[in-house]
Amino acid sequence: MKETLLSLEHLSIDYKIKGGYLSAVHDVSMDLYPGEIFAVVGESGCGKSTVAHSIMRLLSGGNAKIEGKILFEGWDLRNYTEKEMEAVRGREIGMIFQNPLDSLNPVYTVGNQVSEAIMLDRVEKQEAMKRAIALFQDVKMPDAGERANSFPHELSGGMRQRVMIAMMLSRDPRLLIADEPTTALDVTIEAQILEIIKELKQTHNTAILMITHNFGLVAEAADKIAVMYAGEVVESGDVFEIFERPMHPYTKLLMQALPRKTKKEGRLQTIDGSVPRILDKKPGCRFANRCPYATETCRTQTPAVAQISETHRCRCFLAPDEIPSDRKGA
Amino acid sequence: MNERGKAKETLQACLKNGEFMVGLLILASVFLVAIFSEQIAHYGYTEQLVGPKFQPPSAEFWFGTDELGRDVFSRVVAGTRITLWVAFIGATLELVLGVTVGLICGYFGNWVDRVFSFLTDLTWCIPGTILALAVVTLLGKGLTNSVIAISLVSWASYARPVRAKTMSLKNMAFVETGTAFGETAFSLMFRYILPNVVPSLIVMVSMSLPATILSTTTLSFLGLGSQAPSPDWGLALSKGIEYIIRAPWLSIFPGVALVYTVLGFNLLGEGLRDILDPHMKAQ
Repeated sequence: MKETLLSLEHLSIDYKIKGGYLSAVHDVSMDLYPGEIFAVVGESGCGKSTVAHSIMRLLSGGNAKIEGKILFEGWDLRNYTEKEMEAVRGREIGMIFQNPLDSLNPVYTVGNQVSEAIMLDRVEKQEAMKRAIALFQDVKMPDAGERANSFPHELSGGMRQRVMIAMMLSRDPRLLIADEPTTALDVTIEAQILEIIKELKQTHNTAILMITHNFGLVAEAADKIAVMYAGEVVESGDVFEIFERPMHPYTKLLMQALPRKTKKEGRLQTIDGSVPRILDKKPGCRFANRCPYATETCRTQTPAVAQISETHRCRCFLAPDEIPSDRKGA
Repeated sequence: MNERGKAKETLQACLKNGEFMVGLLILASVFLVAIFSEQIAHYGYTEQLVGPKFQPPSAEFWFGTDELGRDVFSRVVAGTRITLWVAFIGATLELVLGVTVGLICGYFGNWVDRVFSFLTDLTWCIPGTILALAVVTLLGKGLTNSVIAISLVSWASYARPVRAKTMSLKNMAFVETGTAFGETAFSLMFRYILPNVVPSLIVMVSMSLPATILSTTTLSFLGLGSQAPSPDWGLALSKGIEYIIRAPWLSIFPGVALVYTVLGFNLLGEGLRDILDPHMKAQ
């Protein structure tokens, strides 16, 4: 079995707010292997970005209380000093963000920014510029040489995201965290960016942690998937297994909410309600109030994570056969 | 719009802005005088008895002569260099101090911000000239010391706006990108945030230069800045006061030179503000 690259062990993050704590992430565990695309899926506010930012220690403000372990190659990043984290960021773990429109420094040309990044590893200026242009070609930037002299505001969203990826690739990190990399882009560009990410995984053996709310994107690219709800991973496992045999009612409902070519009905399925803000950790399943199959047990006791197969884990009381796969049966 | 087009547009806006152009012309003349002061001056500024004492302005002595028979014109010309030097050194010191403190406050926040902001507020609430007087007394008389004193008093006017700008820039996505990239706090402050503050700094500098010049002149006037026989305009003014009835030209010409230079900086600053920041113009 391969060595894990990144593993989160019982990670919990609470935000201190007026009069108590807001549980943003609760008891999240996941393992990432080199050369693997791991997707974290969930609605807005389910804590998926918080997880990503906590790995890089980018949670702003000192009011986040973190528990659990963030192991990168066996070392707990939480014990690192700020100085040591600077060495990890970019060099070992790269990150691309949701909004490429303002993720670049507006006062430097993009070529300059990428070559500065390369120069962090003590490379000569001219050599760095050459490499930057080569990287622009790698990410399929049209007219790479010329574009390198452009300022960020002169480029389109897709091109800026390419610059971001080139910039993160420049230092050849072993783990790339992509926080909703294509949310701000249109579908054509989304497909191209996804191609680049998949290629990266193959050519560089980079592990990719992809944060997204887009199930289509997951099916297209990911190897493994974790579905998050209200700060908890409700179900995780191999992407095919999850798509074939979803266990958790939330995952099932999400699947049913996906638009499909074969379905003839007029309206898409939806899940009523929205993600609750978890202020006090009462016992009970966090999804209970929106779950159509919730029982009394679900409301009073906290479900444990059940191991379904070697990789497949699910946090639910109900046995798989108790939940009808088609919602109309309920 | 591409960069070249933008630069061209800014240049056209400069040419169209009357205040900016007049200010620029005034300052250009001051700079030329400073550069060629040896060629322009008729006599050395310490040369005594080049003519009779207290000679009124004439064809030979354009600005007249003083109590030691020195040529006032030559002394005013020589004083230009001092004034520009004061403006340059003062602005540099103020900028370095103010910008560094502003960046640190805005970037680190928390207790660092509270401590330095308190210092900033403290310098604000003591009258500038009084504080400068105290500092000069502590450091000793002299032009350099008085420039240092003025800078120690007026850096706060940079620190505040820089701090505010840093706080808003700090939360911009590109700074987060830099962090995710392994950039150090130092590099984030000076390579990511500072360049984005520069446009507003340019205006701030040109607006605060006249104040620095005037404050330093005030110290010289009070006898704490330049010492005789320096051709400093402030010093010339205070010496001239003694003979104001008998020989008004001793104070009039250095005073006019001072007003001319300060006016140049002011006009340039206002023009720049209108060009670079159309919002303020609208107000």
